[in-house]
Amino acid sequence: MSKIITSKWSRRGVLKAGAVTGAAISAPMFFTRNAFAAEFLNDPGSAANVTFGFNVPQTGAYADEGGDELRAYQLAVKHINGEGDGGMMNTMKPISLSGSGVLGKKVTYVTGDTQTKSDAARASAKRMIEKDGVTMVTGGSSSGVAIAVQSLCQEAGVIFMAGLTHSNDTTGKDKRRNGFRHFFNAYMSGAALGPVLEKNYGNERNAYHLTADYTWGWTQEASMIASTENIGWKTAATVKTPVGAGDFSQFITPVLNSGADTLILNHYGKDMINSLTQAVQFGLRDKQVNGKDFTIVVPLYSRLMAQGAGDNVKGIFGSTNWHWSLPDAGSQAFVKSFGAEYGFPPSQAAHTCYVQALLYADACERAGTFMPSEVIKQLEGYKFDGMGNGPTEYRAEDHQCFKDVLVVKGKENPSSQFDVLEVVEVTPRAQVEYKPDHEMFAGGDLGPANNGV
Amino acid sequence: MDAIFLQVLNGLDKGGAYALIALGLTLVFGTLGVVNFAHGALFMLGAFCAVSVQSILTISQKVRDESITFFEAYKEIPYLEIWWGETGSIIIDYAVPISIVVAIPVMLLIGLAMERGLIRHFYKRTHAEQILVTFGLAIVVQEIIKANFGANPIPVPAPDIVSGSANIGTWLGMSDTIVYPWWRLIYFVFSLTVIAAVFAFLQLTTFGMVVRAGMRNREMVGLLGIDIQRKFTIVFGLGAVVAGVAGAMYTPMLPPDYHMGMDFLVLSFVVVVVGGMGSLGGAVAAGFLLGLLQSFAAMNEIKSLIPGIDQIIIYLVAVIIILVRPRGLFGREGVMED
Amino acid sequence: MMKQTSATKDLIIMLVFIAAVLTAPIWLTPIGANYPDLLQKFAIYGIFAIGFNILFGLTGYLSFGHAVFLGIGSYAAVWSFKLLTMNILPAILFAVMWSGLFSVILGYISLRRSGIYFSILTLAFAQMSYNLAYSVLTPITNGETGLQLRLADPRYIDNMFTKAVSEGIPSTNLFGIKMSGYSGFYFCAVVLIICFWISLKIFRSPFGLTLSGIKSNQHRMKYTGFNPRPYLLAAFVISGMYAGLAGALLAVTDPLAGAERMQWTASGEVVLMTILGGLGTLIGPVIGAGVIKYFENIFSSIGDQNLFEMLSWLPEGMQSIVAYVISPFVGSGWHLTLGLVFMLIVIFLPGGLVSGFSKLASTFRPKKKTPQPVASTVSNASGTKEGE
Repeated sequence: MSKIITSKWSRRGVLKAGAVTGAAISAPMFFTRNAFAAEFLNDPGSAANVTFGFNVPQTGAYADEGGDELRAYQLAVKHINGEGDGGMMNTMKPISLSGSGVLGKKVTYVTGDTQTKSDAARASAKRMIEKDGVTMVTGGSSSGVAIAVQSLCQEAGVIFMAGLTHSNDTTGKDKRRNGFRHFFNAYMSGAALGPVLEKNYGNERNAYHLTADYTWGWTQEASMIASTENIGWKTAATVKTPVGAGDFSQFITPVLNSGADTLILNHYGKDMINSLTQAVQFGLRDKQVNGKDFTIVVPLYSRLMAQGAGDNVKGIFGSTNWHWSLPDAGSQAFVKSFGAEYGFPPSQAAHTCYVQALLYADACERAGTFMPSEVIKQLEGYKFDGMGNGPTEYRAEDHQCFKDVLVVKGKENPSSQFDVLEVVEVTPRAQVEYKPDHEMFAGGDLGPANNGV
Repeated sequence: MDAIFLQVLNGLDKGGAYALIALGLTLVFGTLGVVNFAHGALFMLGAFCAVSVQSILTISQKVRDESITFFEAYKEIPYLEIWWGETGSIIIDYAVPISIVVAIPVMLLIGLAMERGLIRHFYKRTHAEQILVTFGLAIVVQEIIKANFGANPIPVPAPDIVSGSANIGTWLGMSDTIVYPWWRLIYFVFSLTVIAAVFAFLQLTTFGMVVRAGMRNREMVGLLGIDIQRKFTIVFGLGAVVAGVAGAMYTPMLPPDYHMGMDFLVLSFVVVVVGGMGSLGGAVAAGFLLGLLQSFAAMNEIKSLIPGIDQIIIYLVAVIIILVRPRGLFGREGVMED
Repeated sequence: MMKQTSATKDLIIMLVFIAAVLTAPIWLTPIGANYPDLLQKFAIYGIFAIGFNILFGLTGYLSFGHAVFLGIGSYAAVWSFKLLTMNILPAILFAVMWSGLFSVILGYISLRRSGIYFSILTLAFAQMSYNLAYSVLTPITNGETGLQLRLADPRYIDNMFTKAVSEGIPSTNLFGIKMSGYSGFYFCAVVLIICFWISLKIFRSPFGLTLSGIKSNQHRMKYTGFNPRPYLLAAFVISGMYAGLAGALLAVTDPLAGAERMQWTASGEVVLMTILGGLGTLIGPVIGAGVIKYFENIFSSIGDQNLFEMLSWLPEGMQSIVAYVISPFVGSGWHLTLGLVFMLIVIFLPGGLVSGFSKLASTFRPKKKTPQPVASTVSNASGTKEGE
């Protein structure tokens, strides 16, 4: 067989290869536009517009969250350009944006579909960078995608404003200088839940963990174990479950006999909906163990997802980055303009994306340029307020936002289909803060800023 | 001991569900010789019958919540409750059982339309082409569902009275920690009933006899002057109905989303292959076998011995069976063998 | 007929193909596909599909697990970048070796069965690989996040010669030529052309004819005392190595390897590409790969906003009507369009787009006998049922 293939290799093949290489080396020169003029990649220069890239899941399991993110971005662009009621532009402080775009340029945007796959997300982001000339990519609804796109943006030389990503790694061992995260993380969820669980369930609990068997699940589990053992709880067992298991019965029945009195579900998305629904069906919440009522905890809540679990979320504690029922002026302004535009309240994914878009635009305005290295300087250590989470700081060491964290509970008597969660406690920032070199975050390096030229 | 007993219970319960899901697939393959990659989509459509019935029953009068002014937050009161009071609430509560009754004709129609419109033209094409066209159909169907119902799972609760769990342990005089959800027990009984009904239909009726004869030798039956084509259309409809009711009944355990068909597709193929392509008894046996193996593989004691076994057990079984006994557990000799 | 015209015809095919590939950045401009990443993807998935076609198109064995080799190729390449050097040649070499090794093992097992059983076997292997790569093999694959380069990677060979200045992660290169942007595309294009040429040679060779003989009637071949297994295995391994090469190029142009590259739906994608373009034809798989990647990257990015811009040439009233009709099929609905197109092709054009083109061509030029660079010489697509 090999004979057949190689029989004519020498003559024609080599000739052609030579010709092709010649063409390859000479050709790229035609196509590089503005390569020498710009000081940084995709410099809008004197153009009237600047383009942002909104990279959200439009197909796949998180398509609904992606849709909500896109709605928020479109709203943010309107507000930055001075259309609509302005939303959080009225409450954000300090603010340099004036409702006339950014640096006098009108903001336009392009969209893409991450499909919640690293490959597709990077392909989509590359299209935005290479073809559409964006200065910033933002969005996404999973940590795998966020980390993949963040490192791409670092290599390419544009800014990445992460969407919904909860893994410690995004601003831990996979942090990058060009990437920023407003969303909270697994460690913060654990730290915020600890005191609330102590207050409600005491110090003598025995917790059983079911954990999605991938990186986010593991970091969430580690964070929860750390914070529950800190309040005196024991850990009965930790069991990994395959992602997308569908039926969790074989993982839930062992809980019945384990002597545990608390079940912690380190699941997100469909896994969370299914495992919670099934755990409740198995009567876990009607059980009494060691004289205590059995309880379930879901460390990371998403209202959109919680709707899928129906009545089963009632009374179950979890944490969330933001909730539309918050009374502060920023949240109210955002909910009001989002509601007026689309007819329903925004999700936490929508909120974090909206805020990220505004923060980036504002940083560019302050920097006086879209050059990534300058924008990064503006965002690092930046303190702001009026964006729904109280006083917030983008920590310079790891590009993680530090702010209060919401502990929520499934509402017992919801007044509408959106009224699924109620805020139980706002855990102050000091309680969820950690050192940049904390062991759960160690091993990463922001590296240098990249302007892409 | 209790743990093992519970895992056996889990295994049987899963097995019933797997058998039911795979039954239609193997039936269609056995009779029509068609490899239907859209079978998962039929399962998903059945589940969305339940979603639709629930949302039709809960069509609500919207009362504006005056306290919230900037978006449309309503207090929703279903018309059924307004008209019939308590009876209305009970009807809504029983949405899933009602949806079974609805799903049967709906799925039958979908199945007939699918066979007439598409599958029929692929009897003579290769298996590969059958796989491809039904795969394409599955994508189209699930995207249509997604466009109408969104991507997130939709909760469809079981009737209140069976939403809790049964104290099996106390019944059997064992530890009282052994409890099992009512709905899963119902699903188990339901799947056995449906399987028995399909068997009875094929074994005891003249129609079934002709179909079974057609499975053995299609040309011969045709030569005898029997309109085998028409019979096959009905068999396909039957397969669709079985998949559909399996899906509708499954909703309280697994809030359905548009992608659930694809999730179950690979699994149902494995069940069919392990049981023997075209063998109904094989599908049932394989369903139980895989259900039990999957339950035990999930136990920490076994996972610590072989890491990751719970992730691959199903596929491992399929590989071993195909290599060792390609006709499957109960497959007829010569079917799909080299 | 093939024999007489073969040499000149093949030369023409090759020349047209080379010209088309190298000028792709120009003629793809009007449809908005002339940016490096998409061009790279066209070439890489073209290679993947060409390789897949050597197995499926020639032998009729439908593998649902070929993405495994794509994944293995990527992982091997990224590990080579991490451990050895950022030069791409060792990476490609290791990728092809590893994927070749795995395809020998998986092929040897899977080819014991044919037809649907072969498909299920490969599907089972793909799912096992994906599930393990996503979870317990995380130390090797880095799980969900995907295997990435880090500043702290050892890069032993690179560091032997130069002490790395820590100014960010170095980029992949071919003796100094950076493998991103257009140079990356041209490198992939050259590899694609070589791969296409090899595939052409295989199609024309006695080996290729044997394979299509196996496809049309394996039993008859067996009766003549002929053992098809080694030929099938050779085809499987070649196509596995093509996939590994494609995986390596994915890592070369974008150094990241994720587990979902191995999922069975990823294998399904290459099946779609091959069928869409034209199963068993030389050029079909490349066209199919291009169409699907175009859908994925361009169709998915059309939102309501740019839809109106694109339709601005229509009269006022028509614009919103057309936009209303089209909008479910673009943006987040691109999967729907893909599924519909795919179904239509399988139903009405079993020979794929290529057969559609040649049908069109023959309608317009019924008499004239011109060499059709795209037409296939291996009859296929409407063959008989295999495996029974």
